[in-house]
Amino acid sequence: MYRYDEQDHKLIRERVAQFRGQTDRYLAGELSEEEFLPLRLQNGLYVQRLAPMLRIAVPYGMMHSAQLRRLAEITRKYDKGYAHFTTRQNVQLNWPNLEDVPDILAELAEVEMHAVQTSGNCIRNTTTDQFAGVAGDELVDPRPYCELIRQWSTFHPEFAFLPRKFKIAVCGAATDRAAIRAHDIGVQIVKNDRGETGFQVFVGGGLGRTPILGVAIRDFLPETHLLSYLEAIVRVYNQLGRRDNKFKARIKILVKALGPEEFARRVEAEWEQVKDGADELTAEAITWARSFFPKPAYRSFDHNHTEAVLRDQAGSEKAFARWLERNTFPHRVPGYQAVTLSTKPTGIPPGDVTDRQLEAIAELAEQYSFGEVRVTHEQNVVLADVEQEKLFELWQAARKHGFATPNIGTLTDMICCPGGDYCSLANAKSIPVAEAIQRKFDDLDYLYDLGELDLNISGCMNACGHHHIGHIGILGVDKKGEEFYQVQLGGSASENASLGKVLGPSFSREEMPETIGKIVDVFVEHRLPEELFIDTYNRIGLQPFKERVYAKAS
Amino acid sequence: MPKPAKKPVGAQPDNPQQLILDGVVVDNTWRLLPLGGEEEITANNLAAGKVILPLSIWLELREALQARKDEIGVWLDSDETADLIGDFAQELPLIATHFPAFTDGRAFTAGRLLRQRYGFNGELRAVGNFIRDQLTYLNRCGFNAFAYQGEQSLQGLLDSMQDFSDSYQAAVDQPLPIFRRRALV
Ligand code: HEM
Ligand code: SF4
Repeated sequence: MYRYDEQDHKLIRERVAQFRGQTDRYLAGELSEEEFLPLRLQNGLYVQRLAPMLRIAVPYGMMHSAQLRRLAEITRKYDKGYAHFTTRQNVQLNWPNLEDVPDILAELAEVEMHAVQTSGNCIRNTTTDQFAGVAGDELVDPRPYCELIRQWSTFHPEFAFLPRKFKIAVCGAATDRAAIRAHDIGVQIVKNDRGETGFQVFVGGGLGRTPILGVAIRDFLPETHLLSYLEAIVRVYNQLGRRDNKFKARIKILVKALGPEEFARRVEAEWEQVKDGADELTAEAITWARSFFPKPAYRSFDHNHTEAVLRDQAGSEKAFARWLERNTFPHRVPGYQAVTLSTKPTGIPPGDVTDRQLEAIAELAEQYSFGEVRVTHEQNVVLADVEQEKLFELWQAARKHGFATPNIGTLTDMICCPGGDYCSLANAKSIPVAEAIQRKFDDLDYLYDLGELDLNISGCMNACGHHHIGHIGILGVDKKGEEFYQVQLGGSASENASLGKVLGPSFSREEMPETIGKIVDVFVEHRLPEELFIDTYNRIGLQPFKERVYAKAS
Repeated sequence: MPKPAKKPVGAQPDNPQQLILDGVVVDNTWRLLPLGGEEEITANNLAAGKVILPLSIWLELREALQARKDEIGVWLDSDETADLIGDFAQELPLIATHFPAFTDGRAFTAGRLLRQRYGFNGELRAVGNFIRDQLTYLNRCGFNAFAYQGEQSLQGLLDSMQDFSDSYQAAVDQPLPIFRRRALV
């Protein structure tokens, strides 16, 4: 993975010193609340219902063991001994003291970490596929481009005070595991007829209160022009994006107002002026960026033998077989498999891990996966390069630490925002709803029969929990001061992305598990053999679900 | 050349007595005329000495003021883009860009474009409600003058310019982004 050189170290240290000064001036009353706000946001510091919240950047989700150990130490020393993996592949602390934040940032800097631009109206951490570099359906590894985007966007002098936050995601595979069309810019790596690498560029996606899927404004952007094109897009946005109303300030609103064609025309005109400038990705620059993501030292195996051993182990241990089926992902190198550690056993807020668990992940990564992990946008953790021969051993270890819940991709592997338990903007709590649903679906065999099913929960229309793009989406709403939940069906974050449709009137918290139960029953009754929920939904539509859920008791 | 849109008059920039110019605190020798003053500004009644005109007025008077062009600057409001000045930038001694609020970051783009696209070599001045913590970025976008109207000391502002010793991207102060410099070695 990318390693800092002396310049990165120096810049990040300087940033910590700068923020220390800003915090001191704020605490001394020299910097107003209003002036301190964007400065602390651009250093990851939110102030929440109960305490400040610090969002730490994990560039495109990658971390190594020393970083995980440092995070564990920090949660012990400055927080309550746990951390939270976010839907943008970052890590969040929920209880730091404002005065401690400069020290936390200094400790992070020692292990090449920071909280730069994790919130605020600037270019945020770039996200990507958690299986980058190992997935069989990958065209090109997206991580070198993500790193180049990180460097281009970090402390960008022109784009630190945009109309609104700005998120970029890159996908290098045929299957979109990064939800790129839900981002301000989605970059899809493609190859043209001549086999040259380039990018399809989507703009104007975003969730929040006006969910919109990004539209392609360019089908093939040659590789060398990635950064100049991004610069052109953000420049057009910085000049023309609305600043009079924060709910209309995202680029999606501008793209919609101008129309994608006109927006594209303006981007192209701006890009013409800058495309051959300093941001050109020269062959040397690309080679340099790629050099940070070499293939690890894979061993070679007798494939037939390892497969046979796995089959035996799975045959004799049903729980292992389940885990193998749900929590591992095929690897492009024979003899290897990628493993997802689930952070979603029943009863734990999705994405939460304790300090000990962070250390356990560090340990597992070192023992089984070259000391590196990836955070997923579903809030789990991936060990990307595990030898098949060691899967059984890893499973046992993961089980001991509570990471082996075999539910990846299933209904109980939910995305869930912090909601009313932590967040002052919430209409309703989201974590207890997640838990109640997990309890209802505790029969693993049934859960597996249901197949891939994304259930996403947000506590308000800001949509941190991606409810619009869950196959089943749940949204907390406020009804005369009481917490209610609206249900949406048919969203998808995949390469066939779609936004969910509202089922009907909302439900009380107590009604939610039952409601989800009825929805799943309708699916099971209408399902063709092996059909996925989203496909059944697309075939039969909203109506059958509506009829069942709102049927009058007879 | 595109025309700026007509609009209601919003917050206007101050014209402080002192400012930072090229890294030192100096007296402000320019007079900035806000929009919406009592009297209509014409070529004839325009005060003597160095004046900074609102863009819309400058566009009207530019020809008439040719003889005084070395003492006529122009200021852009945040919704006025650099292309409204365009190549005329090269004949201007001073361009100011206004921050109605420090969170309005349009001036960063205007500054960069004036310097890098339109060849502006004169004094590029930030005016209005920008804050100390934006100076490093402003500097990188080509600003060399800061008519700060807040409460911090100008010396404190000057100190903040030393916050960073290097930068990742190309901008006005740095021809090559870090990845290209690194790839060279
Ligand atoms: C705890 C306090 C939090 C607050 C107050 C908060 C606030 C917000 C707000 C106001 C938005 C909407 C912005 C917009 O529409 O432009 C938003 C969006 C978002 N938040 Fe949060 N958030 C919180 C926590 C989180 C956490 C923990 C995560 C990750 C798990 C998260 C992930 C996101 C994402 C992915 C979006 C983007 C949706 C989009 O694309 O519009 N947020 N958040
Ligand atoms: S979706 Fe709403 S309730 Fe949930 S974290 Fe975001 S702002 Fe808070």
